[in-house]
Amino acid sequence: MTDTIQLAHGAGGRMSARLMDEVVRPILGNPVLDRMHDGAVLDTGGKIAFTTDSYVVAPRFFPGGSIGRLAVCGTVNDLAVSGAEAKYLSLALILEEGLAVGELVRVLKDVRTAADEAGVSVVTGDTKVVGHGSCDGIYINTAGIGEMMAGADIAPRNIRPGMEVIVSGFLGDHAATITAARHGLKLPETIQSDAAPLNGLVREMLRAVPEIACLRDPTRGGAAATLNELADQSGTGVLLDEEAIPVRPEVESVCELLGFEPLYLANEGKLIAFVPAEKTEALLEAMRAHPCGKEARRVGVVTDKAPGQVAMKTGLGGIRVVDMPTGSLVPRIC
Amino acid sequence: MGTDKELSLRLLEEIKRLTAGRERPMRLMEVCGTHTVSIFRAGLRQLLPPEVELVSGPGCPVCVTPDGYMDAAIAYAGMGDVIVATFGDMLKVPGSASSLAEAAARGGDVRIVYSPLDALAIAKEHPNKKVVFLAVGFETTAPTAAAAVLAAAQESVENFFLLPAQKLVPPAIRALLADEDARIDGFLLPGHVAVVTGSETFSFLPKEYRLPGVVAGFSPTELLRGIYRLVWQAAAGEAHIENEYKSVVRPEGNPAAQTMMKQVCETCTAEWRGLGEIPSSGLRLRDAYRRFDFSAMRPLDLPPAPPKKSGCRCGEVLRGKISPRECKLFGKACAPEHAAGPCMVSAEGVCAAWHKYGGGVFRYD
Repeated sequence: MTDTIQLAHGAGGRMSARLMDEVVRPILGNPVLDRMHDGAVLDTGGKIAFTTDSYVVAPRFFPGGSIGRLAVCGTVNDLAVSGAEAKYLSLALILEEGLAVGELVRVLKDVRTAADEAGVSVVTGDTKVVGHGSCDGIYINTAGIGEMMAGADIAPRNIRPGMEVIVSGFLGDHAATITAARHGLKLPETIQSDAAPLNGLVREMLRAVPEIACLRDPTRGGAAATLNELADQSGTGVLLDEEAIPVRPEVESVCELLGFEPLYLANEGKLIAFVPAEKTEALLEAMRAHPCGKEARRVGVVTDKAPGQVAMKTGLGGIRVVDMPTGSLVPRIC
Repeated sequence: MGTDKELSLRLLEEIKRLTAGRERPMRLMEVCGTHTVSIFRAGLRQLLPPEVELVSGPGCPVCVTPDGYMDAAIAYAGMGDVIVATFGDMLKVPGSASSLAEAAARGGDVRIVYSPLDALAIAKEHPNKKVVFLAVGFETTAPTAAAAVLAAAQESVENFFLLPAQKLVPPAIRALLADEDARIDGFLLPGHVAVVTGSETFSFLPKEYRLPGVVAGFSPTELLRGIYRLVWQAAAGEAHIENEYKSVVRPEGNPAAQTMMKQVCETCTAEWRGLGEIPSSGLRLRDAYRRFDFSAMRPLDLPPAPPKKSGCRCGEVLRGKISPRECKLFGKACAPEHAAGPCMVSAEGVCAAWHKYGGGVFRYD
């Protein structure tokens, strides 16, 4: 095996086979993948959920994760917030000619670690190599199949006035980490990307409170975009309490420096839940018992006033709108 | 300084007490775009009594930059040997027919920088290109542009240029007050500008117009303290300049920055979008540094920018004459993703702040 990726590694011939046999399968191998057929044949029971996402994050490695970890967590989490337990992933790599094979190995090891954490297997995949300058090192697409968790009925239409809004932990860590890395800002070691698979947390949440109305992971556009989408789709209003929103002081400082607001920053290991008010305490208790939900908080309520709008009560008691973000705050965040 | 909740609530009570029973609301102008955004973020407008009306002024440099300047920047960006370096805010500002973002999409080399010194670094990396920094801003950023010119002169960097459009805040305030309908009762003065100019620069307000002014910081508590001092002065029948941002603003400002600006730049008549031409309100490069002015080195023969067709009322918004809501395009034909006017484009534009934070008239109960 050469030290760098060459165009022939994507050409389907002997070099492609060596890349699979010597680099990919030793890291990601499992009985389904090892059959090395064009399609994977899978066992599933009952209803399934299916999703796909592409990953182009820059830089490829950052405190708390890498493009490989994101590519697993992002897709697992899209299934989890649909109420599905991820089972199988596909992994498609687009590699730039000249990429060090050592970097690819690091990425694939991160894929494996995250997949093991989430309990999913990579069962099929693809590799393409493009000429130098045609992509930035490595882009990844993953698709995922998940089995619906028992009793889950998660949809924006379930959101009703009077329900409460819960977030699972500190907001903005991922985007603050990426942005700081790109601007050469040194952050304390406490701040790193929150990239994590949330299927375990969702399983515990649904076990404790099957009445959860809706879940969503606030990735690009942050909590502000997610809440605006849900307010719009459910025809209700959301009123947040600024003082209850969990943001680390270090992330707050990065935001002040760069002119961002934490509510607009992407997260890769957080979710927002809508739940009947009488179930809030039970849900918080279940969430706080899980490592991904230790800092879970109630941050707002659903109202029938101002349908489709997200507003926030500020620390001093004023109220302002939390608008849908426009344009891209930070490109290539995931 | 963050938000001191207890102190803020006390200040609000005092503001209410001092203005209770006023016949006409006190109109206070915050000149600085960063103040405007901070006021909205904290929801201060609804917390203040109806006797205090906050009016936003022309303190967003992007918003007051005229179409003709954008047209020139876009034309330069289309030239194969030019790299345009700019603060990110300028990308989407509409010129007569296009924007820098569109010029970049057509293949123009447009780079976002955080300081004029970054643009100088790009010039050194690309000796075969002309690197043109869009020098837009107030007294806050003018010294760093001057520093970049001095560094380029000293290091004989021949391919670094400015497209100068820097502006001074005090002449714009004078121009606003020359309008008899201005009806402004006091100014929240821009903290960042005052770091450079010093608070004394604004002493013409009490001396010539009998108006109070307070240099304020940017946290909600600092803003409330500024507003409190303004209503206190009004209640006491006084008018003078106070500095409530003492941690960073001195009466005389930053002499080193002023010297650098004066060494490189001289004042000139400048065009402000919405306010028109204002004498001595702009900065241009002195003769000794004229070779760094790209508009002088490579003059363009562009048609004059046609008048805006759309009914955009940014000009009146920038003078504090109407609130954005009174413009019939606001929130409909003009929104952040399809802005008709500059006040909606920049994050610190008055219309963008109103739109983003719900215009401050949002009532939930």
